[in-house]
Amino acid sequence: MSSLVTETKIGFKAPIVMAAIGLVVLVFFGLLGRDGMANFQISRRQDAIQLPDVPIDSSLLGVVSGILMLALAGFSLWLTLRNRKTRMWSISIFGFLGIVSLLGWLAADNSVPVSFIAGTALVLAVPIVLGAMGGVMSERSGITNIAIEGQLLTGAFMAAVVSTITGSFTLGIISAMVAAALLSMILAVFALRFLAQQIIVGVVLNVLVIGVTNFLYQQWLTQDSENTNFPGTLDIIKIPFLSDIPIIGPVLFENRITVFAALLIVPALWFVLFKTKLGLRARAVGEHPLAADTVGINVARTRFWWVTIGGAIAGLGGAALTIGNAGAFGREMSGGFGFIALAVVILGRWHPISASLAALLFGFSIILRVWANQVSPGIPSDFITMVPYVVTIIAVVGFVGKSRPPKAVAVPYVKG
Amino acid sequence: MKLELRGITKRFGTLVANASIDLTVNPGEIHALLGENGAGKSTLMNVLYGLYTADEGEILLDDKVQKFSGPGDAMAAGIGMVHQHFMLIPVFTVAENVALGNEPTGVLGTLKLAEARQRVLDISKQFGFNVDPDALIEDLPVGIQQRVEIIKALSRDAKVLVLDEPTAVLTPQETDELMDIMRQLAKNGTSIVFITHKLREVKEVADKITVIRLGKVVGSASPSASTNELASLMVGREVDLKVDKAPAQPKDLVLSVDAVSVLDDRSQRAVDSVSFEVRAGEILAIAGVQGNGQTELAEALLGLRPVIKGSGTIKLGDKDITEASVKQVLEAGVAFVPEDRKKDGLVAEFSVAENLMLDSSFKSRFTKGLNINLKARRKIADDLVQEFDVRTQTSDSPAGKLSGGNQQKVVVARELSREVKLLVASQPTRGVDVGSIEFIHERIVAERDEGKAVVLVSTELDEVLALADRIAVMYRGKIVGIVPPTTSRSDLGKLMAGVSA
Repeated sequence: MSSLVTETKIGFKAPIVMAAIGLVVLVFFGLLGRDGMANFQISRRQDAIQLPDVPIDSSLLGVVSGILMLALAGFSLWLTLRNRKTRMWSISIFGFLGIVSLLGWLAADNSVPVSFIAGTALVLAVPIVLGAMGGVMSERSGITNIAIEGQLLTGAFMAAVVSTITGSFTLGIISAMVAAALLSMILAVFALRFLAQQIIVGVVLNVLVIGVTNFLYQQWLTQDSENTNFPGTLDIIKIPFLSDIPIIGPVLFENRITVFAALLIVPALWFVLFKTKLGLRARAVGEHPLAADTVGINVARTRFWWVTIGGAIAGLGGAALTIGNAGAFGREMSGGFGFIALAVVILGRWHPISASLAALLFGFSIILRVWANQVSPGIPSDFITMVPYVVTIIAVVGFVGKSRPPKAVAVPYVKG
Repeated sequence: MKLELRGITKRFGTLVANASIDLTVNPGEIHALLGENGAGKSTLMNVLYGLYTADEGEILLDDKVQKFSGPGDAMAAGIGMVHQHFMLIPVFTVAENVALGNEPTGVLGTLKLAEARQRVLDISKQFGFNVDPDALIEDLPVGIQQRVEIIKALSRDAKVLVLDEPTAVLTPQETDELMDIMRQLAKNGTSIVFITHKLREVKEVADKITVIRLGKVVGSASPSASTNELASLMVGREVDLKVDKAPAQPKDLVLSVDAVSVLDDRSQRAVDSVSFEVRAGEILAIAGVQGNGQTELAEALLGLRPVIKGSGTIKLGDKDITEASVKQVLEAGVAFVPEDRKKDGLVAEFSVAENLMLDSSFKSRFTKGLNINLKARRKIADDLVQEFDVRTQTSDSPAGKLSGGNQQKVVVARELSREVKLLVASQPTRGVDVGSIEFIHERIVAERDEGKAVVLVSTELDEVLALADRIAVMYRGKIVGIVPPTTSRSDLGKLMAGVSA
């Protein structure tokens, strides 16, 4: 009851974590850093507008970033002592400095292709983003969706196979979305009609999809891959004028349709969820289904459609894995993206936009590992791989604060 | 609008919750539906509201038979309901809650929240509700939340308004305000069904009274009927609302609480620097409207909830138990009747006998070495069942199968059968039938007379006045006054609303 005396103390976690990271950057990337210049390439060779490269001394960058980061940590401490929250913008700048110094450190005596890294991070993040949007839709309406992994894999398989057989990417994408939506319907029916444990149904669906796709891959796709699993990738579409903007252009406006779809779906879902009648009702159903029922909202029907449409979106994410990136289906190729999407939903506090930003972090980590291997083979790539997970843990304990899931998530609603 | 229920019957398995109930409510009438907890009032109203489907009988509005397949239909027909447990979404604003299910929308289904906000303001102004449409529900006191529920019903043009136990969570002052609102609504032609078990309120506001017992209509009465008459209709026999007890003879100091503060689950300070003392042989009642820190205080006494470090001390006799574990507190001689017996008092799947040994499972009269002494347990359980008049087939029946009153007797039997110095009883008679209430009250007084200290936490003013030797009133986490039991209801009401004595 908040009518009582309010007393929330802002913890010291944020400044402590920030100071620790700042110190690491200052010492390891700066003072003990590597010699040589890091060459930040702003423009690509084929770009219309050419901007000069920005060469910076790697260890100097580490020192400067480290000091700035420590200053931000100090600012955060100052706020905390006055019992005020650390500002989001200062955390954003902090994160940006951290990433820049990491890139600079890795690229000593080498170049940093900025738009290549950012663009690839986005492409790699798309399946996670779309999977997370499916998760947000499902969980906001009150059903735990562990089966995102299965939905991604289903979408990936269907998109590759149907596109190859029919020769039409459109049909491939549609079948990916429909198949994943059907998979969601199984979850919805079990959860709503039979009141089954949603987590168990989700796990079973994942195992089922892995089994079925592995079987078909082995028995069918590998025998005749030319005619079944050779879809190629979607064409890259350049949006005129917009794609000529330095950095932003190549990253955002020169992509495959799957990326554009993700860039549209995320804000669209935000709008539907928070600005429309449908979203208000879905959130009501996810928070307090009985209350929603008493004002005449059909709880089961609402949940069914949100889970199903969420599944279709996750299926599109699966399509982005094959025809949107790899060009063919591979065994268990979703490789845990569905579970990362699940984590991203929580990290983003069930908010479409925050969840997408968190997904981008993972996309970045994947490309970072590949690129780091090329520019500094000396640094173990496993170490680089750890970075996003460490960042996630820090983000969860340090910054996200108490996350509050939809109250009725995973609780079946039984009418009297 | 005239509401008529004809022969409504609703069964849950073998239990008949409503047996052929007839009820007529005329336009502009405040019709009280009076009955004990579990008499079937709420079931009847949920049938009316379309949440349950009746097995037999029909609902008529203005003499036309209605078929409700869900609350949406009932609402469209002009029935509004304020549920006992509010049907509001805590993380939504007032305007969003009022709009939900009946949203003003623009193109593409976009919400027109400004319109919803205006709707709230209009109704709020018409009835003098003073509700901020942009406030989050979870930040509002319950009295205001209830007004939001009423606004919600009115914004859908409710002609029949059902209020299910609306005063359970209100202070006496808020109750008076609610009654004014009810009168005003009735004057505007709204028919009101007022469900309650509180006789005083019925007499004050109702035009007509229908009494329900065990799912049946047992009679109707006019508000001029005497309290005793209504009470005996309600429980089926003459009841003694008073508890006979001699004046207290307080002896040694047993419990002293000094400047204790406690946080609730949301890390808000629910108990704020509370101090009091209880002596052997007296009952200190902690009164107050629900949610003013009583629950947290009781839990802190038991060690279930930590006292804020350095805020104060709890002493049992000379022993400091501020930071003691629950086990240590129990062993130091404290018995505890929790406020929610289903959640904290019993394990429903366990037998009565197993429940009776829950807090003495280690080195007690129930055990033999590392084993349970089954023979001794049976004997003790049978004796306690006898002594506390627990109506159960055997002591091996699952506790969950018993009625609320008998479940509570099991809890009381367990707690009182240990040697203790202090009894902390939280809402010991909530949801308990009148017969069991009497029994439990007598046992509590008997404990006092045996020289134990008793802390009684209760939100029922009647219970507090019947049992207490001293009354401490809590408001917003503070004790606003400790007064003798001769204090008038209206003075207690003022204290409960935070006006210091």
